[in-house]
Amino acid sequence: MIESIVLSSVSEGLLFGFVTIGVYITFRVLAFPDLTVDGSFVTGGSVAAVMIAAGHNPFVATLAALNAGLIAGIITATLNTAFRINALLSGILMMVGLYSVNLRIMHGANIPLIRSITIFDSVAHFLSIRRSSILIIYTLVVLAAIFFLILNWFLRTEVGLALRASGDNEQMVRGLGSDTNKNVVLGCAISNGLVALAGSLVAQSQGFCDVNMGIGMIVMGLAAVIIGEGILHPRGIAKILFACFAGTFLYRLFITIALRLGLAPGDLKLITATLVVIVLGVPYVRKRLRGEWVPPAARM
Amino acid sequence: MGRGNDDALLRLIDIRKVFSRGTIDEVTALDGINLDVYEQDFVTIIGSNGAGKSTLLNIIAGIYPPERGGKVCVVGQDITNIPEYKHAAYTGRVYQDPSEGTAAKLTIEENMAMALLRGQPRGLRTAINKRRRELFRSALSPLGLGLEARLSAYVATLSGGQRQSLALVMATISKPAILLLDEHIATLDPKTAETVLELTDMIIEREKMTTIMVTHNMDIALRYGNRLIMMHQGKILVNMGEEEKKKLTIADLVAAFERAAGEEFKDDSIMLSQR
Repeated sequence: MIESIVLSSVSEGLLFGFVTIGVYITFRVLAFPDLTVDGSFVTGGSVAAVMIAAGHNPFVATLAALNAGLIAGIITATLNTAFRINALLSGILMMVGLYSVNLRIMHGANIPLIRSITIFDSVAHFLSIRRSSILIIYTLVVLAAIFFLILNWFLRTEVGLALRASGDNEQMVRGLGSDTNKNVVLGCAISNGLVALAGSLVAQSQGFCDVNMGIGMIVMGLAAVIIGEGILHPRGIAKILFACFAGTFLYRLFITIALRLGLAPGDLKLITATLVVIVLGVPYVRKRLRGEWVPPAARM
Repeated sequence: MGRGNDDALLRLIDIRKVFSRGTIDEVTALDGINLDVYEQDFVTIIGSNGAGKSTLLNIIAGIYPPERGGKVCVVGQDITNIPEYKHAAYTGRVYQDPSEGTAAKLTIEENMAMALLRGQPRGLRTAINKRRRELFRSALSPLGLGLEARLSAYVATLSGGQRQSLALVMATISKPAILLLDEHIATLDPKTAETVLELTDMIIEREKMTTIMVTHNMDIALRYGNRLIMMHQGKILVNMGEEEKKKLTIADLVAAFERAAGEEFKDDSIMLSQR
């Protein structure tokens, strides 16, 4: 039983790890709290599902899903940079709007993929073995490694550095000649691209795409970021990326164990939300208790 | 100056700035500023609160444009209405608060790499390589702060003086046409302020930077630079060249102000900082 718990957590840690990296890029790197995620996750899933169900190559479908996410991210960031809509609100507007878009893409609320050829079936066919949970994990490890290497390289490039600096000191970045608006658009695009990729992989591994499968994705991503940071205290880009996957794995492990211990699945979201509230709120409460001055709450 | 008008490195023409126009708070921060700054000039600008010093620097740096009709030209190019990030190719700036000029969550070398590419297109090359690290070390070691040995340390771990010195190197490493110093030692303790000021003078001297330094402190304004400008209520009241400035004393400066303004000099913050 322990083995099956760990295996399913590894597989989900890899799948949702892409969401966590996406959330990390917006929240931590860009300081742009982007809530598009709940919508773009499903957009990725539905684009891939529609294409796969229609018989397209699953790898092409997965890439198309990633691109759909990129576009969603570009729109969110543009709402903020070009129309000066508050970052949180931009994400909420996109999340809500994408719900309708996703229904349109799928022509309904749900697409089954049981009889279609997903990337996992494709890999199994290529290796002439049966599709199994181990095969899914190996496939995901390879995919995760590829994106790990790409991101680890990109975030160290001149463009990547400007992107990271934009979330830290925007005034300085403009003062040094880099267009922070462009950087925010790029960062949100990459973030939602990864999230949509995760959505397409989740749909393919579970065998269906559902319009509601993105609910709470942003909170899960935040929880995983917090767990990864709290346990590994990562320094440097490679370690941070690793911590995103590790944090997601641990989050999924806790959840799976809690479910086996009899937790009602419906309570999951509340527990995750509570976890994030505690981690974000406790440091301030502690300061208050120590009698330290705490700045007034920021709202916009 | 003895130089023709055509070779001004920075030329400000009829710069005006009005904030909160049409409201009860309307204030004219700059009221028709004309100024030519020549290559390798080191201009100190002094003035009381609200004189328009920072507004002037903000306009040169492109944070916001002047009112219509005003013009900012650098090396013959009109940069009045180009976006702020494009001004970076022309102006390097050190802010009053050390946290404004550096990125705390990045390392020293990452900050330096950002600064190295000022005004240049950023590409997909690795931002930090061996050759660049060498360059950063040789740029930081003259500071004598040991920063060259701590390239991978986060900037958040540096003191205010160290951060401001780093900001100074960052503002000058890619040699912008003009260095803007916006009361850059005002928040440092007196000893650190003196050190950073000496470093500033050394770098300006070595890199032959054309510089505009805003300060609250008359003594510093007199000791440094080859030109001195005194601002008051959005106007330039006193504009002194090298010869005049050499033998200038604080008493002369106060007298010059009173003659020009037609009112008594009574700015406590400036008087107090004569030391």
